[in-house]
Amino acid sequence: MDLNTLWFILIAVLFIGFFFLEGFDYGVGILLPFIAKDDRSRRTVINTIGPFWDGNEVWLLTAGGAMFAAFPHWYATMFSGFYLALVLMLLALIVRGVAFEFRSKDKHPKWRAAWDWMLFIGSFVPALLWGVAMANLIRGVPIDENMHYLGGFFNLLNPYALLGGLATLSLFMLHGAIFLNLKTTGEMEEKARSYALKIGSVTTVLVFAFVIAGYYATDMFSRLGVNPGISPIIAGAALLLSGWFLKKRRSGWAFVMTGLTIAFSTITIFIGLYPRVMVSSLNDAWSLTIYNASSTPYTLKVMSIIALIFVPIVLLYQGWTYWVFRKRVSQDSKLQY
Amino acid sequence: MDALILARWQFAITTVYHFFFVPLTLGLSILVAIMETVYVRTGNEQYKHMAKFWGKLFLINFAMGVVTGIVQEFQFGMNWSEYSRFVGDIFGAPLAIEALLAFFLESTFLGIWIFGWERLSKRLHAATIWVVAVGSNLSALWILIANSFMQQPVGYTLNNGRAEMTDFFALLANGHVWVQFPHVFFAGVTTAGFFVLGISAYHLWKKGQDLEIFQKSFRMGAVYAVIGTVMVMLVGHTQAQYMMKIQPMKMAAAEALWDTEDPAAMSLFTIGDEKNRRDVFAIRIPSLLSVLAYNRLEGEVKGINDLQREYEQTHGPGDYVPPVAISYWTFRIMVGAGVVMLLIALYALYRVLKNNLEFKPLLLKGMIWSISLPYIANSTGWIFTEVARQPWVVFGVMRTEDAVSPAVSIGEVWFSLIAFTLLYGALMGVTIYLLKKFAVGGASGVLLFEETEGAAISK
Repeated sequence: MDLNTLWFILIAVLFIGFFFLEGFDYGVGILLPFIAKDDRSRRTVINTIGPFWDGNEVWLLTAGGAMFAAFPHWYATMFSGFYLALVLMLLALIVRGVAFEFRSKDKHPKWRAAWDWMLFIGSFVPALLWGVAMANLIRGVPIDENMHYLGGFFNLLNPYALLGGLATLSLFMLHGAIFLNLKTTGEMEEKARSYALKIGSVTTVLVFAFVIAGYYATDMFSRLGVNPGISPIIAGAALLLSGWFLKKRRSGWAFVMTGLTIAFSTITIFIGLYPRVMVSSLNDAWSLTIYNASSTPYTLKVMSIIALIFVPIVLLYQGWTYWVFRKRVSQDSKLQY
Repeated sequence: MDALILARWQFAITTVYHFFFVPLTLGLSILVAIMETVYVRTGNEQYKHMAKFWGKLFLINFAMGVVTGIVQEFQFGMNWSEYSRFVGDIFGAPLAIEALLAFFLESTFLGIWIFGWERLSKRLHAATIWVVAVGSNLSALWILIANSFMQQPVGYTLNNGRAEMTDFFALLANGHVWVQFPHVFFAGVTTAGFFVLGISAYHLWKKGQDLEIFQKSFRMGAVYAVIGTVMVMLVGHTQAQYMMKIQPMKMAAAEALWDTEDPAAMSLFTIGDEKNRRDVFAIRIPSLLSVLAYNRLEGEVKGINDLQREYEQTHGPGDYVPPVAISYWTFRIMVGAGVVMLLIALYALYRVLKNNLEFKPLLLKGMIWSISLPYIANSTGWIFTEVARQPWVVFGVMRTEDAVSPAVSIGEVWFSLIAFTLLYGALMGVTIYLLKKFAVGGASGVLLFEETEGAAISK
């Protein structure tokens, strides 16, 4: 395996980490205004992701940094091409980040309600837009021979990409509802479960509709054949199983299953892309690939050494955080946010 | 107005705004860590209350640094795609390493610190804030390694129409890193010192129930501010001498020195005619610039006009003179603010050593206002260092005008520029409101807040 492929895999891993981890905290943020009505239960909901959300968000920053370092043309074309979408996402992430910190620092109910809605918007917008972005990567966007995106903003909002956005949105909401079910007690725990059951069926429809639409909108299946391999099957099966586990009240397993769905959907998209990183809808030859968009072998080598040392260390100490805060957030818990 | 100007404004606004919060994070993280360590070592609860109080302000400030930092990470690709393509092979590496080594560390361990007061042993809990402090300052180091490449490109070769990395360790060993990083680090120490000094002065003035805690804080703040200001000036002096060698044009602009002189005089006050490159009115001290540049009475300092001619020969025709008035005045405001801070910090330390913290109210009010000084110096310092490098984005290698994204339309940049500016403006108001509220409430306010807002309410 060459270093270009290694970095393609590493970036896929970073996106999987990002979608898996930030997926549930986006979901929790989206559910917040609906699932919790009084202040105490809203705080309970926020505090389930309190110690984690910031560390989770770094997966996105690291994925962005890794794209810049390993595939600068991918970073340049995608970030300048998807400009307005990214501006909207950044605005959302800004209000979301401060909302955690600021929300409970003032008693005024209107202050708190306003920040709760900021948390909602800040979670909703990126959850939707990442699906839109991923769908467009695989569907193809107008990229010219100089790797410049020619499409504008509304080009990104095609039906296939919007369906992708709805799929990630609902999947993250499901993932978040199950996480809440795992991390709360009593009434909230039950409520989260019933939300998860309801969202689960919508998610299943949307995700499968997205897969079917993929047959028409992308070249994925002509490239991979009718049997696209094991990963989309695992993703689909895990999604169905998560509903089954939920009904059986085995939320831990249900969470693992939505996690697998997220991971294997991401893997499927990356397999569909490989060795391309951005598909040009104008001309196959103008697509960005892991070769024409990459850094030099020297830079990839340096970065490989660093990544292979530090990614496992990050996983270890982030894992430790989840262990430290493994207890459910209950009515008696001391709250910070 | 073209898209380039707008993109530059956006970068300037978002970066200066981001750096409003960063230095306090750098300096205060260490100070809070020291407070908590003293608490763990001595068992003195007052230090715990100090760590909680300053920690609360730290967190409000930290959140703003984090969210504005996301924009920084993304906007190279968004607004400066040609820059990203040209230097990505080099510049992307420190950015990715910053995220992997530093962001993960500070974000993850800050979460543990916030939520871990009751769940971890005292020692382990104190260790987590040290990790946050190390992570934050590591992040400063890596982003400055990246910025240093823009100031003094090293370890690369031009190949395939872009700059390609040939020596990763040359990036780390870049002399510019080792004058710039200490300068920023001690600017952080200074900012935290004055922040603590000023807010403590408020409580010394009000003489509330936390008087003892704020006397202790004042002492720590004074020592910290002196260390910060003395070091930032010593390093700054070295940095200016270094800059004389690698970017003489930057220093010539800082001094509004139009023509080469030997010995060179230093301008105390100049009103210049930037277009015709001459002084309208100037007060200048003979030989002083040579002294500052070389530590001796003589020595040639090159002027703007000669440097322009030199650059034309090496880089072809073009305007290589940065905006002189901005460079000159931002440099002076930075240094001026530094001198005033040094005097205030030394006086505060003198009173601490005399063990006499009975100040006149006017002095205390002055100290409260002096919180603004490091912010002025931090902002003008960055504006100076980036503006006076123009027209280059990477010195001597790539011009700013060639770096901008062609795929982004002027309407799109207008939208983002206005959106970021409005949101940042609103958030500045909210942040100052919260900082002021908790700062005025004092340590007992924070403890009361934690009891009423942190505890379980249903029984």
